Amino acid sequence: MSDFIRRGSVLLVAAAVGLTGCSKIADVESTQRGFRGVGLVQLEDRSAAAATRAANVAPAALPAVQAEGPLASDVYQNIQVLKDLTVPEFTRIMTAMTAWVSPEQGCGYCHVGDDLASDNVYTKVVSRRMLEMTRHINGNWKTHVGETGVTCYTCHRGKNVPLDIWFKDPGPREARGLMRGRAGQNTPAPAVGLTSLPFDPFERFLRGPNDIRVVSTAALPSGSRGPSIKYAEATYAMMMHMSQALNVNCTYCHNTRSFAAWDQSSPQRTTAWYGIRLVQDLNANYLEPLQPEFPANRLGPTGDVPKTNCASCHKGAYQPLFGAQMAKDYPELHPPVPRAAPTEATPEGMMAPDPAVEGSTTPPAAGEEPAQGT
Amino acid sequence: MAEYQNIFTRVQIRGPAYAGVPLADGSWVRSTRPRFVHWLGRFGDAQLGPIYLGLTGVASLLCGFIAIEIIGLNMMASVNWNPIEFVRQLPWLALEPPPPEYGLSLPPLQDGGWWLMAGFFLTASILLWWVRMYRRARALGLGTHVAWAFAAAIWLYIVLGFVRPLAMGAWSEAVPFGIFPHLDWTAAFSIRYGNLFYNPFHMLSIAFLYGSTLLFAMHGATILAVSRFGTDREIEQIVDRGTGAERGALFWRWTMGFNATVESIHRWAWWFAVLCPLAGGIGILLTGTVVDNWYLWAVDHGVAPSYPGQSPIAVDPLTLPGAPQ
Repeated sequence: MSDFIRRGSVLLVAAAVGLTGCSKIADVESTQRGFRGVGLVQLEDRSAAAATRAANVAPAALPAVQAEGPLASDVYQNIQVLKDLTVPEFTRIMTAMTAWVSPEQGCGYCHVGDDLASDNVYTKVVSRRMLEMTRHINGNWKTHVGETGVTCYTCHRGKNVPLDIWFKDPGPREARGLMRGRAGQNTPAPAVGLTSLPFDPFERFLRGPNDIRVVSTAALPSGSRGPSIKYAEATYAMMMHMSQALNVNCTYCHNTRSFAAWDQSSPQRTTAWYGIRLVQDLNANYLEPLQPEFPANRLGPTGDVPKTNCASCHKGAYQPLFGAQMAKDYPELHPPVPRAAPTEATPEGMMAPDPAVEGSTTPPAAGEEPAQGT
Repeated sequence: MAEYQNIFTRVQIRGPAYAGVPLADGSWVRSTRPRFVHWLGRFGDAQLGPIYLGLTGVASLLCGFIAIEIIGLNMMASVNWNPIEFVRQLPWLALEPPPPEYGLSLPPLQDGGWWLMAGFFLTASILLWWVRMYRRARALGLGTHVAWAFAAAIWLYIVLGFVRPLAMGAWSEAVPFGIFPHLDWTAAFSIRYGNLFYNPFHMLSIAFLYGSTLLFAMHGATILAVSRFGTDREIEQIVDRGTGAERGALFWRWTMGFNATVESIHRWAWWFAVLCPLAGGIGILLTGTVVDNWYLWAVDHGVAPSYPGQSPIAVDPLTLPGAPQ
C-alpha cells in the first residue's frame, strides 16, 4: 500500500511539473453578450490587453485652422483631389500626413526638388490615390467605419508602408513535378494562426467580390453539391485572420449553435460583413490599379501590389485605435461638402459632413450599398 | 494481496513457453522461438512469440508500407525534400485528395492521383488485416467477435474515404492523410453542414464513445477490486459465481440499483464499442447526401430549442433592399 502511495505521488509531482512547465496561467475575462445557450461569449486576455491598448493610441490632433482663405487649388498647381480645401486646411493636412506616414523623411518622401507640384516621385502619386481612398471610406463606407471614420494614421502608424499588408503568398518551396504539393495549405502559416488551413485566404477572398458563405440555408440538400469542404476550410482560414486581426474569438460575432444564423449573431457580425466588402473594394479599386506606379521593391514575391486586410486597420483591436474619434478632427479627410460660397465655409459645415450627402449611419438602407469592386 | 493495486502488473507467469494449438494443414508455420521479456510482462504477457504472419499478413503489411510510403514521400515533396523541415512540419503536412473540379474522375498524380492510390493501398491493407484477423480466430477455434468489432471501425473509415465521396460525386469530399489537416477537415466538415453536433447519429456515436470509456473503467476497476477473492478468473465466474463475483454485483446494486453479470458486462462493452463507429458512420453518410444543414434539421424536428434574439439583433445584409446579388 505504501508502495502504491509512493509511486502515485511521484507520478503526481511529475505531472504537476510538466503542466507548470508548459503553460502560462492567462488572466482571461469572460463576458456573456447574448442569450444564454447561444454561446455569445467574449473572452479577453487581460494580461495581454494592456499592451494592446498601449499600442493603439491615437496621436493628439493638430490645432484646427480657420476654413477661410483662398482655395489651395487656386494658389498651388496640380491639385487634383484636395481641390475643396483652403490653403490653411491644405497645409494642415499635409503636415498631419507627414507626421503619420513619413515622420523621418518629412516632405521629401513625396516631394523631391523645388517643384512641389511635380509628380516625379511614385509616393506622391500613390498618396494622392490614398487620399481619395480615405475620403471614399469616410464618405461611402459608414456601414463599416460608422462616424468614427479613418485617417492615414489608422493604417500607417508612422510607417511609410503600413505593417499589416499582404501580398499573394506563393507558399514555402515545394517540389512538384509528379508529386502532390501542399495544395495551398498544410504549413504552420502565421496568417491563419499557425493552423494547417489554406495559408492565403486573402488572395481568394479579399481581391474582389467573393462570398464566404458555405452553410446551406435549407435543412435538406437542393440537388447540387454546394460548396465543397475544401472551400469551407478556406473560409475558416479567412475567419482565423479576422479573429487574429481583431483579437476576438469566434463568438464575438457568431453563436455556437449555428455560425450561419444571423438572428442569433451579434450586430458586430453585420459590421464585419461590410468590412469584408470594404476591403474587397479597396483592394480591387484603389490598390491593385496602382500596380504600374510602384517600384519593384514595393511589390510582393509574385510582383503584386501591397494590399489591405482586416489587420491593416485593426492591429489587434476590435475597433481600430479602440474607437478613438480621430477622423472627426480632420474634416479634410472627408468628402467635400458643398460650400455656401467658394471661399466661405462655416466651421460647422466642415466638421459635420452633411448627412444627405454622406448617407445615414445606422444599418444600411436601400441604395446605400457602395459599389463593389469589379 | 497488494499486487492488483498498482498501475503495473506485478505478477509474471514464467512457465514453459506455450507454442499454441496445432495449425491446420496448409498454414504457414509460426516463426520466432518464444521468449520472455520482463518489461513486456509489466504491461501484459511476458511471452513474445511465436509470431504468425501468413499470406494475408504479408500482403497487408506490404500494402500498408506502400500507402505510408506514398503519403510520406508526397509530404516530403511538399517540403522540397528537406528532411529537417519534414520533421519540423510533420504534424501540418498532408496528402490532400483531388480538388472538387475533378469529381469522381481519375486526377493526374500531382493533383490527387497519389491520394487515390494511397487510399487504395491503405484500404487493401486494412481489409487484408481484417481477413487475417478473422482467419486466425477461426484457426484457434475462437469466435470472431474481434474481427467484427474491427469491421465496425473499418465501416467508418470506408464511409469517410470512399462511400460518402462516391455518394457526393467528388473525391474532394474525402479526408486528407495528415495529422492536423484531418482535424481541420473535421472542423470544416461540421461547419459546412451546419454543426455536426445536431446530427443525431453523431450524438449516438459520442454517447457510445464516452459510454465505452465509462464501462471500461467500471469493469476494469470492478475486476481488479474483486481479484483478491479470486474473481479475476472471470470466465469461470460466469457460471460459477464465487464470493468475489457476488460482492462485485452487490456493490453495483448498492451503487446504482442494477448490475451487469460477469458475462453480460462484456457484451455491454462490446456493443458500446462497436456502435460508436457504426452510428458515427451512418451520421457521416447522411451528411450532405440526405441532410445539408443539421442545425436547421434540428430546428425543424424540435431538437434545437429556439432562444429569444438579443437586442440589437444582427441583420443579414444580403436580405436588405439594394443588397448586391
